[in-house]
Amino acid sequence: MGPNLFTNYYETASMILFAIGFTTLFLQPNIIKKIIGFNIMDTAIYLFLGAKGYIAGGLAPIIVNGVTDPSVYINPIPSGLVLTGIVVSVSVTAVSLALAQRLYKRYNTLNIDEILLQVEKERA
Amino acid sequence: MKTMKNKITAVFKKFIDGDFDIEAKEIKVKPEIKSEHKEQSMKERYLIWHDNHGVHSFKTIYAGCSIFVCVTLAVILLYTVSYLPAYGNPLNPANNEVSDRYTEFGLEETGAVNTVAGMILDYRAFDTFGESAVLFVAASIVMMLLKKDEKKRSKHLEDHSRDPIIKHIAQVIVPCLLIFGVYLVLNGHLSPGGGFSGGAVMGAGLILYSSAFGYRKASKVITDKLLRNIVFVSFCFYAVAKGYSFFTGANHIPTGIPLGTAGNIISSGLILPLNIAVGLIVTCTMYSFYALFNKGEI
Repeated sequence: MGPNLFTNYYETASMILFAIGFTTLFLQPNIIKKIIGFNIMDTAIYLFLGAKGYIAGGLAPIIVNGVTDPSVYINPIPSGLVLTGIVVSVSVTAVSLALAQRLYKRYNTLNIDEILLQVEKERA
Repeated sequence: MKTMKNKITAVFKKFIDGDFDIEAKEIKVKPEIKSEHKEQSMKERYLIWHDNHGVHSFKTIYAGCSIFVCVTLAVILLYTVSYLPAYGNPLNPANNEVSDRYTEFGLEETGAVNTVAGMILDYRAFDTFGESAVLFVAASIVMMLLKKDEKKRSKHLEDHSRDPIIKHIAQVIVPCLLIFGVYLVLNGHLSPGGGFSGGAVMGAGLILYSSAFGYRKASKVITDKLLRNIVFVSFCFYAVAKGYSFFTGANHIPTGIPLGTAGNIISSGLILPLNIAVGLIVTCTMYSFYALFNKGEI
């Protein structure tokens, strides 16, 4: 075990959040709850990226009074990556919710096990 | 004589094969059928067991396996985190010369006070174009999946427009939301905000308008065609403004647009118009998501 588990408490929290989202994705039979678990995983990644970009005592990367010394501000790159991540996660959530709505209209249930049983019956 | 010999060899062959006993003349081959019958019943029993307990026991095994996988993953991730460089240290490898370069020369080269806006809409503008395209493709897929035919549309739409509380609160909030969204888009290069967040706020304002004042009233103003045209024009503008860098091998050709005084609203070259384009795309996409999920049409 390395020395930085409690120094990097933001990263630790984000990894625990990620594991919670992953477990939700596996264990919930309800499709909507699976999508919520996916979103929890997304949020964990934003927290991780934001924590990686922070520099102790740094300001937000908006240049004040023409001071362009990089040591004053935090790292702007992870903020841009989080923006990308948010947009992609919104798109993925919208598409998966649309698919869930179609599945509900077809099978009248959101439980993935019941949907599989119905598919098996139709095949037989 | 020959036939006799043939008969003997035939009997001998049968004896060798095991289905003819010289003493008992013949043995019925019943055990095989019996074993087959037994197997059948085993299979039937398995099927009965599967129907009654199979799904249940599978669920138990599945839950156990997935908990094991998740706990293992969490332990591995936490073990890795414990070896990561310390939080907030300016000497971390993530804070290398790339980010230094962005903060040091960003204001001079892009004219944007907000370094993140300068980064995503000037240095990496083509990447942001791809991002908007992802949003557009998602909207198209949702439209394909959820759009209803003319015949199947339900005529009795759920309408909250008679609810006085929502109506009166929306009268106050919707203009504020729209103005705040416009502010976020226009100040994207000066303060936190920009096309994506401002567009999301404006889309929320339109959604509130639609749900408070009734779907029919909203669809008179915000039509399918209008949304499509706005998105199309914004995309074309963005592609013309920034697509060239793809064809010139990502070499920035100077646009000739003056960068202006840093800190003014009209400054920083193409960043403001690009922000407006992105904001319009996000607004239209958010509203069409809402309309498609709610009614199956815009």
